[in-house]
Amino acid sequence: MAAGIPRRVGDGAAVRRTLIALATLISGLFLLMPLGVIVAEAFANGWSGYIGNILDAYTLDAIGLTLFVALLTVPLNMVFGVFLAWLVTRFQFPGRKLLTALIDIPFAVSPIVAGLLYLLLYGRNGWIGGWLGSHDIQLMFAWPGIVMVTIFVTCPFVARELIPVMQQQGREEEEAGVVLGASGWQLFRRVTFPNIRWALLYGVILTNARAVGEFGAVSVVSGSIRGQTNTLPLQVELLYQDANVVGAFAAASLLAGIALVTLVAKSIVEWRQDRP
Amino acid sequence: MTRTTKSLIATLALAVGVIAPASAQDRELLNSSYDIARELFADYNTLFKAHWEEQTGETVTIRQSHAGSSKQARAILQGLAADVVTYNQVTDVNILAERGNLIPTDWADRLPNNSSPYYSTMAFLVREGNPQGIENWDDLVAEGVDLIMPNPKTSGNARYTFLAAMGYAQQRFGDDQAAIDAFLSDLLAQVQVFDSGGRGSTTTFVERGLGDVLLTFESEVNNITALHPDENFQVVVPEVSFRAEFPVTVIDENIEANGTEDLARAYLEHLYSPEAQRLLAGFNYRVHDDAVQAENADRFPAVELLSVEEIAGSWDNAMEIFASGGKLDQLQRR
Repeated sequence: MAAGIPRRVGDGAAVRRTLIALATLISGLFLLMPLGVIVAEAFANGWSGYIGNILDAYTLDAIGLTLFVALLTVPLNMVFGVFLAWLVTRFQFPGRKLLTALIDIPFAVSPIVAGLLYLLLYGRNGWIGGWLGSHDIQLMFAWPGIVMVTIFVTCPFVARELIPVMQQQGREEEEAGVVLGASGWQLFRRVTFPNIRWALLYGVILTNARAVGEFGAVSVVSGSIRGQTNTLPLQVELLYQDANVVGAFAAASLLAGIALVTLVAKSIVEWRQDRP
Repeated sequence: MTRTTKSLIATLALAVGVIAPASAQDRELLNSSYDIARELFADYNTLFKAHWEEQTGETVTIRQSHAGSSKQARAILQGLAADVVTYNQVTDVNILAERGNLIPTDWADRLPNNSSPYYSTMAFLVREGNPQGIENWDDLVAEGVDLIMPNPKTSGNARYTFLAAMGYAQQRFGDDQAAIDAFLSDLLAQVQVFDSGGRGSTTTFVERGLGDVLLTFESEVNNITALHPDENFQVVVPEVSFRAEFPVTVIDENIEANGTEDLARAYLEHLYSPEAQRLLAGFNYRVHDDAVQAENADRFPAVELLSVEEIAGSWDNAMEIFASGGKLDQLQRR
């Protein structure tokens, strides 16, 4: 320790080393080793086994469905998040605080409860489901239901990322734009968007990660029809219960891969965000 | 992938607007089934598809949905458009009639053997050499015998085991209700781990190595011995046990809407054909076809099978045993 710097609690070399060792050990045990296990199990039968499991018709269907769900969910929630953040940071109206709090409901509610809510509302015996059923519209136990619950559980991410950024920036720049005669779209494209783009991207990455990985809510409304309404996380569980451990871990490795890509993308975005 | 990709592109186009019903190219049939029957129905579907094509010239796509059968029944009540159900619990089919009016209450009379094309019973799996000499139910309450079974509150599998033990006790103690209760209470006290489901108990016994006896379906214990030949587990079938039925039925309301009446009925009826019965026996289920049963006589020891009616009067009565504050709770409180 350099002289002159005041001693702080727990700053001794031994304490520091112990803490570092502990943190490393825990990260290793709880984060790295499980990740290693996924890879090891997935490749237990070598490359050909791995590829064979990934190319299984049902697993491919599950990958397709999962990507499809994310493809619908992410843009919808991006637009929704921007609107919502814009609304609560640029306008004053009664109930604004309440609305800001309501955004967090999907975070506060357990996903399984979210799934049940949709089932009870849109299922055959539900308030809306009965009417839909009599018009031959099937939402639950089909892909629309899966998209609906995924939108629900992921809808706060974008708004939650944007609100602090937009609050911090204030609305002077936009007001200046208005004074200079910018239209609404020009204002968004030239002034607002450049300011929020990294926060937006960050929100989108989180939304995508969650949309791809969501299990609980989707499990309730999926009906788990093989090759039709089974998403990738459900497929992992199903393969595991089938005693096809290698297949389960091969599918899981795809999810882990998406998670890693997300992490890297997130770090890059955070780094860009920090730079002025 | 190709078909999914195509349908994905098609659905993407529709996604923004109205949700159109799936276009009918191949005829489709959806079978809602229980958790551990995936391999079985994968094989049976191949068999049936060939049979149907031979009979009618039509190719069909059969979709499978698998989960715990109570969860499956609830999904159907909430609108899962399954054409047929193939379950491992009579009670789960009953609620489709009672709560949903989706099938008539006399559904079980529509196909032979209570609409149960195959059945199983409850058996014991013991460790190498059967060191405690487990042969029958009363051996399970001997001192130092640790049992592994799922929780009767959450698992149909465990309810069957409980009813089997109850049937045995009724035979042994006759009208002496106190002795029957004492026996069942002792049995429950010997259980080391109550898992929430049958597969969980299998993991506890095989992977975690806990317990001396695993109590589960005969079909499951046979699968376990086949999967783990090195462990030299032994299968013990007691003299008296429970007739565990695997009920099947068409969902009248759904097959009408889906236009699958002929296909769905044929799908279930074909389960009774000799070739299907042979396939079912291959999955360690007992079947009704005399010829097939004779071929497999050595794999399925003779056992006196009691029905739920003989043990508890009816499924409604039986389920009261497991309800909150019911007989099971009283026996475990002692």
